[in-house]
Amino acid sequence: MKLVRKGVEEIDDRVGGASFLKRSLGKVFPDHWAFMLGEVALYSFVLLVLTGVFLTFFYEPSTREVTYDGPYPPLQGEQMSAAYESVMRISYEVRAGLVMRQIHHWSALVFVAAILVHMLRVFFTGAFRKPRDINWTVGFTLLLLGMGAGFTGYSLPDDLLSGTGIRIGYSALLSIPVIGEWAAFLFFGGEYPAPAFLRRFYALHIMIIPGLLIGAMTVHLMLVWRQKHTEFDGPGRSEHTVTGTRLWPNYGMKALGLMFVVFGTLSLLGGLFQVNPIWLYGPFVPYSASSPAQPDWYMGWIEGLVRLAPNWTEFSVFGYLVAEPFIPAVVLPGIFITIVALWPVLERRFTGDHEMHNLLQRPRDAPIRTALGVAGVTIMAVLTLAGSNDVLAKFLQIEVDTLNEVFKWLLLLAPPAAGYLTYRICRELRDRDEHPIRRPRRVRVRWNAEGGFDDVEDDAPPGAGSPGTRPEERV
Amino acid sequence: MAFSLAILAGLGLAIVYWRGGQTQIEGALLAVALIGIGGGLIYWSKQLMPPAEVTEPRHTGPSADEDREAVEGSLSEGEERLARRTLLGRLLIGAAGALGLAALFPIRSLGPSPGDTLYRTPWRAGMRLRDETGRLVKVDELEQDSFTTVFPETAPGSADGQAVLIRVDPSALRLPADRADGAPEGYVCYSKVCTHLGCPIGLYLAATHELRCPCHQSTFDVLSGAEPVYGPAARPLPQLLLEVDDDDYLVAQGDFTGPIGPGYWTIDKGPEGSGVDPL
Repeated sequence: MKLVRKGVEEIDDRVGGASFLKRSLGKVFPDHWAFMLGEVALYSFVLLVLTGVFLTFFYEPSTREVTYDGPYPPLQGEQMSAAYESVMRISYEVRAGLVMRQIHHWSALVFVAAILVHMLRVFFTGAFRKPRDINWTVGFTLLLLGMGAGFTGYSLPDDLLSGTGIRIGYSALLSIPVIGEWAAFLFFGGEYPAPAFLRRFYALHIMIIPGLLIGAMTVHLMLVWRQKHTEFDGPGRSEHTVTGTRLWPNYGMKALGLMFVVFGTLSLLGGLFQVNPIWLYGPFVPYSASSPAQPDWYMGWIEGLVRLAPNWTEFSVFGYLVAEPFIPAVVLPGIFITIVALWPVLERRFTGDHEMHNLLQRPRDAPIRTALGVAGVTIMAVLTLAGSNDVLAKFLQIEVDTLNEVFKWLLLLAPPAAGYLTYRICRELRDRDEHPIRRPRRVRVRWNAEGGFDDVEDDAPPGAGSPGTRPEERV
Repeated sequence: MAFSLAILAGLGLAIVYWRGGQTQIEGALLAVALIGIGGGLIYWSKQLMPPAEVTEPRHTGPSADEDREAVEGSLSEGEERLARRTLLGRLLIGAAGALGLAALFPIRSLGPSPGDTLYRTPWRAGMRLRDETGRLVKVDELEQDSFTTVFPETAPGSADGQAVLIRVDPSALRLPADRADGAPEGYVCYSKVCTHLGCPIGLYLAATHELRCPCHQSTFDVLSGAEPVYGPAARPLPQLLLEVDDDDYLVAQGDFTGPIGPGYWTIDKGPEGSGVDPL
């Protein structure tokens, strides 16, 4: 540790900044297990960059036709794109190539998952309220960028499964009124399957989207740094203070430890659990589709929308066609994305709450928000299941058409039911139980002998009060 | 303990890598090494350092009033100075706008113009049908209720020319009147590209004479001209009208009866200015 001190001294001699370091090293981080979810996303991203750089040394973004002569017997002599062949080479010939590729893919899956779970945590605890509403939007942008990075990366191996995914993306873009044809040609470099698309996706995947991700992540973290973490209510906690451990050494050490654990877990997944075995799907051929064809999990809800939408969503206006995929694949996701992005604004509009909030809420403290959130998650869950209806049908031995009808009814009924149930549970919990740390002072009034009133402290156990009244109302 | 495990795993990993590598062992050893380091650090932080919880004031919210006023003051002073040069300001905005407009053109050049590519496929009148194996299809080759993928003779494997050829009982067909002569000997041929999202339609349900897309379960009735009967697709599959040439080969009468594949804004208009009739 003497070495660290020496190094800091040397740097301070040249650039100064001890006062900045003093504040930074002493920075206070509130502690709660749920606060690590965002960190998990960050560390997954670091690993994505590290493994991604390794993969760029071997990957070739080209649809040039080549004949495979590598060590995987079933594909020997087959025609394929240079892109597919280079991914085969990474998987079978580059030393540690497959483990790197699989860690990269698993990191991507975990990256998006961690962002999503982190967002749910922020949502259900009200951490997005002013002054952190800006950071909610930045964070949501990160989720969308993550999905974009995932989609473009998923497409690079140019295997049969990814070909199916790209075709669906192309067709959805093509369906947009007025600009659809032009936009699809611009994005994919021509009519599907245009040979130019791999170079474009590659540029997006390794430069443009990661650049934007790093930029938005920097803003996100700077805002967290500036505004400090939120924390749960408790003894000695208030809106105006922050309680936790200092960055150096406790918090920093733990965060570094978590980073290694995340790296390690992803390495384990990458080593032992096969993901995207492109040699089983085979190279992309335009007249074949792999079945069952599932996108990566975070695209499943859009796939579900596309599968469930009835075909009367296609119609003509003045001789122009609004194609079927436009509403389920563009409009509905767009509406959902807009609602989520603007949630802090919407909530402020409806509650009229313009206060600054540094203390978190428990989900039960905001029953309506929690209920709406659960309803939203239910919609997503039903759609994601519907997005793999063919696999489910096979597994459950039910006709796909029957399953679709079930999903349509579920989509209609399950979210309101789940929302209502959540609302009741929240109310019930809030009414019955008291805050685990800061119990409300409950006062009973007694008529005394002189004909006046005495206050008597009541130490009744939690839950003993009359049901249906909130603790605050009893005081 | 955790750190020593990490040392062992790290050395093991180096050896495995040096000996040629093995995905599962690499992943597992890497995991043990990393989790060893991480777990050690966390244990160190949590158990071996005194728990040091501190409370400090926060400074969220707006800056001090005097700072804010100072910033607002210098901003409005700057605005006043700028406002004295209104014309100059407008010209600057104009110049930036013109440059922005000009900068759109390189973006435009990224995408080739759609032109008539979405309306045409390689199929032409008199062109023979080639199957997946590259053979030309003769009229007596397929059995009833069988199904094969065919391509234009000159464009094997073509993405937009791919079609499904199905032989059904001619008396069962209920094609529209103007297409009735396009199915010699019960051979009907449709575009293989789904009109929903463009997947190749790979499933033929012979019992009900239906084509089904594996991606989103759009289903088309083969006997009635591939009208959609289930699922999200709204438009029928365009048909390729066939006839038999002098050497008993199946040939196309022309291009498909309509633009193939997923829908788009101008699909019913025909390509503008290209002289191609709306199909």
